[in-house]
Amino acid sequence: MGLLSRKVTCNSHGQDSSYFLGWQEYEKNPYDEVKNPKGIIQMGLAENQLCFDLLESWLAKNPEAACFKRDGQSLFKELALFQDYHGLPAFKQALVDFMAEIRGNKVTFDTNNIVLTAGATSANETLMFCLAEKGEAFLLPTPYYPGFDRDLKWRTGAEIVPIVCTSSNGFQITESALEEAYQEAQRKNLRVKGLLVTNPSNPLGTTIKRNELDLLINFITVKEIHLISDEIYSGTVFSSPEFISIMEVLKDRKMDKSQEWERVHVVYSLSKDLGLPGFRVGAIYSNDPIVVAAATKMSSFGLVSSQTQFLLSAMLSDKKFTKEYLSKNHKRLRKRRSKLVSGLEKTGISCLDSNAGLFCWVDMRHLLSSDTFEAEMELWKRIVYDVKLNISPGSSCHCTEPGWFHVCFANMSEETLKLAMQRLKSFVASITINKQSHQELMNTRRKNRTNWVFRLSFQSFHDREQDER
Amino acid sequence: MAIEIEKPSVGLSKVAVSDTHGEDSPYFAGWKAYDENPYNESSNPSGVIQMGLAENQVSFDLLEKYLEEHSEASSWGKGAPGFRENALFQDYHGLKSFRQAMANFMGQIRGGRAKFDPDRIVLTAGATAANELLTFILADPGDALLVPTPYYPGFDRDLRWRTGVKIVPIHCDSSNNFQVTPEAMETAYQCAESMNLKVRGILITNPSNPLGATIQRSVLEQILDFAVNKNIHLVSDEIYSGSTFSSSEFISIAEILENRSYRDSERVHIVYSLSKDLGLPGFRVGTIYSYNDKVVCTARRMSSFTLISSQTQHLLACMLSNKEFSENYIKTNRERLTKRYDMIIKGLKNAGIECLKGNAGLFCWMNLSPLLEEPTRESELELWKTILNEVRLNISPGSSCHCSGPGWFRVCFANISEQTLEIALERIHKFMEQRRRN
Repeated sequence: MGLLSRKVTCNSHGQDSSYFLGWQEYEKNPYDEVKNPKGIIQMGLAENQLCFDLLESWLAKNPEAACFKRDGQSLFKELALFQDYHGLPAFKQALVDFMAEIRGNKVTFDTNNIVLTAGATSANETLMFCLAEKGEAFLLPTPYYPGFDRDLKWRTGAEIVPIVCTSSNGFQITESALEEAYQEAQRKNLRVKGLLVTNPSNPLGTTIKRNELDLLINFITVKEIHLISDEIYSGTVFSSPEFISIMEVLKDRKMDKSQEWERVHVVYSLSKDLGLPGFRVGAIYSNDPIVVAAATKMSSFGLVSSQTQFLLSAMLSDKKFTKEYLSKNHKRLRKRRSKLVSGLEKTGISCLDSNAGLFCWVDMRHLLSSDTFEAEMELWKRIVYDVKLNISPGSSCHCTEPGWFHVCFANMSEETLKLAMQRLKSFVASITINKQSHQELMNTRRKNRTNWVFRLSFQSFHDREQDER
Repeated sequence: MAIEIEKPSVGLSKVAVSDTHGEDSPYFAGWKAYDENPYNESSNPSGVIQMGLAENQVSFDLLEKYLEEHSEASSWGKGAPGFRENALFQDYHGLKSFRQAMANFMGQIRGGRAKFDPDRIVLTAGATAANELLTFILADPGDALLVPTPYYPGFDRDLRWRTGVKIVPIHCDSSNNFQVTPEAMETAYQCAESMNLKVRGILITNPSNPLGATIQRSVLEQILDFAVNKNIHLVSDEIYSGSTFSSSEFISIAEILENRSYRDSERVHIVYSLSKDLGLPGFRVGTIYSYNDKVVCTARRMSSFTLISSQTQHLLACMLSNKEFSENYIKTNRERLTKRYDMIIKGLKNAGIECLKGNAGLFCWMNLSPLLEEPTRESELELWKTILNEVRLNISPGSSCHCSGPGWFRVCFANISEQTLEIALERIHKFMEQRRRN
């Protein structure tokens, strides 16, 4: 027939990228402690599995909420019929209170300014529909979450222009990088409508510093554009520096009556902080009533199930629970991260110093055969197919420097993480020739590369043959 | 209806400020009036009775009974062993058990005359999302979909707003009970061509909203033939399929395809939802069933923007896999809706009001054209306002459904109790009597 829209044939859904190919490999051969101990360990999934016991214990103590009951009364009918896109008032209140709690109550949120959506995926796309269209672009600091290519561009027709951040300063956003990105958009004939930052950052795992946030605000003021702050990892900040929300900075700068106030929008979700990606709970927070009104109507295309709103309104209204949850969540993430970091250190691999998130930004530049993305791909394929770890290559996050990898630590057990580190250690040992200095290594690399590549290719070819039999 | 796009306020997209969301129409104005003065049997007996909301409230007891007897469906069992896995499940393929249950349920509704493959089911947060998603996939901005009138007012938003796709109406009228004809389809197609619009598909609702009637077999064949001839898609929105008063009267496009050995099926897509048949609009459960592999694949990827809560998928997988429950539900729901329908038709007849002969849905299509001052849209809106303010009933004027002949109104009967329906019918009776006297 061939009569489908251009959206079907275009690539903006991004699902042919390596990010997704790694997933496919994993799905064919997933690790299981008992059933498939030689399988691929999933380290490309930013899930938070560390605090389910807390959720389960709350559910056991509060069985009514999942059964549509409150104080012995069944609210099933009301909930089943409730499809108001303004959202369940009790849930919105509980959600804004939770968001405030995460920010140490330094900022508060108004339920009239919040729009519920089926996940942050939906929130980001909806905001983009409200703020940009074909011929327009949003600037995003690299590296960024691969899903943004689909979420922000696919159906909206908008474009992304990268704000290039580098390891020279820990991938922080600079004024020159912002300006350069803006110029690049102009060169491409794209009208810049705004910036989108993820804070804490995915994939870096770092919170954005106050001076960077100030920079962003200054930039959007001068250019008269929007700023979207995707703060879905705000509840995963486990060590200093503290998380500073863009809203806090605006407040501190007494900008709450300014024009910029209405051009700053926050995206939130319970998928990462609470580990509930299946429940599809996202939110857009905006101080612009027109954006709130438009986004609210658009949320018709992705409302949160009333059943889920009800359950979570009970859970998040339990302040004793939220306090304990946030505190334990931080503790466990901090501990787990340090296990990953020390495991990597033992293998001579370092990470970007991070204080948040469910992943680390790992530096494997020294393991590359050359300072190229081809070499990064080679290394990545070795790690997926031979070491059997699914991690995400920096290129899938649009990183401009080859050799960085996104490695998740909160979606598996401690034992599995340990095993992953062991596998990695063995692998690195087998490719590290000897303790030559880095410069010597670079010089001899060209000589040794053929042997190294050949040895690995031969090994993996051999292994694969075994698997296919 | 021309859409005026104001000069965009600083920095917002045209989509954000356009009124293509359609929420300024009378369809929504009636809602506002109701919200301000809602009827309540005890506390506000003279308030506005809501008859503009196509909700199914007649079978909740069946659902509640199931939930009481199967707590594992809502609470993941004792100690919540399945909670973790469920909470993490965000796979856009959807819960296999739920897709299986939906496929079976859809088959049961069609009396087993059509079978559905769970792997062709794509889950979306409601039929609203399903219709928009399909439009994104089947058409490009500026293209057109043909939709028979009268149609569900929400389509103006769902099919056009963010997609940039246009609706070209296939005009149907009372001369033949508003059935679609090949001539009407051809006229609409030519109309689109004359406006330089590329027609990508035809979207039908079967059973029809607002008509409350199923599409006849011969008409379905004609519609499919038309789609084949023009090489366009056919979307069949069958969200009221479980609300037909008699199982045998509803013929799904799936049956037509099966009879043709699935020839030409790659252009056919069915939309379904549990909002009407099961009365669960709050749970956001919609599906796209497509016979086209590429559409299924793309729709699945796009469903990332509108996934169904896994908590809800789990609940409904349990409920709908229970054959005893589903069979009893379908049968009982049908019986109760039929009873309601008979009651309202009789009551309206006693008041001297005729309706289109209906056999499905949660509403009837009432003919008040004899009451119009003039056979015009303005007259219809005057009458609508009178009914809203004097009779204090919120019903939907045909013009909000793009009906070409003025004087028709959609009246919902399944979202209120029998007692309230009695009161509404009494009020209508009184109103008609007064008019006769004057």
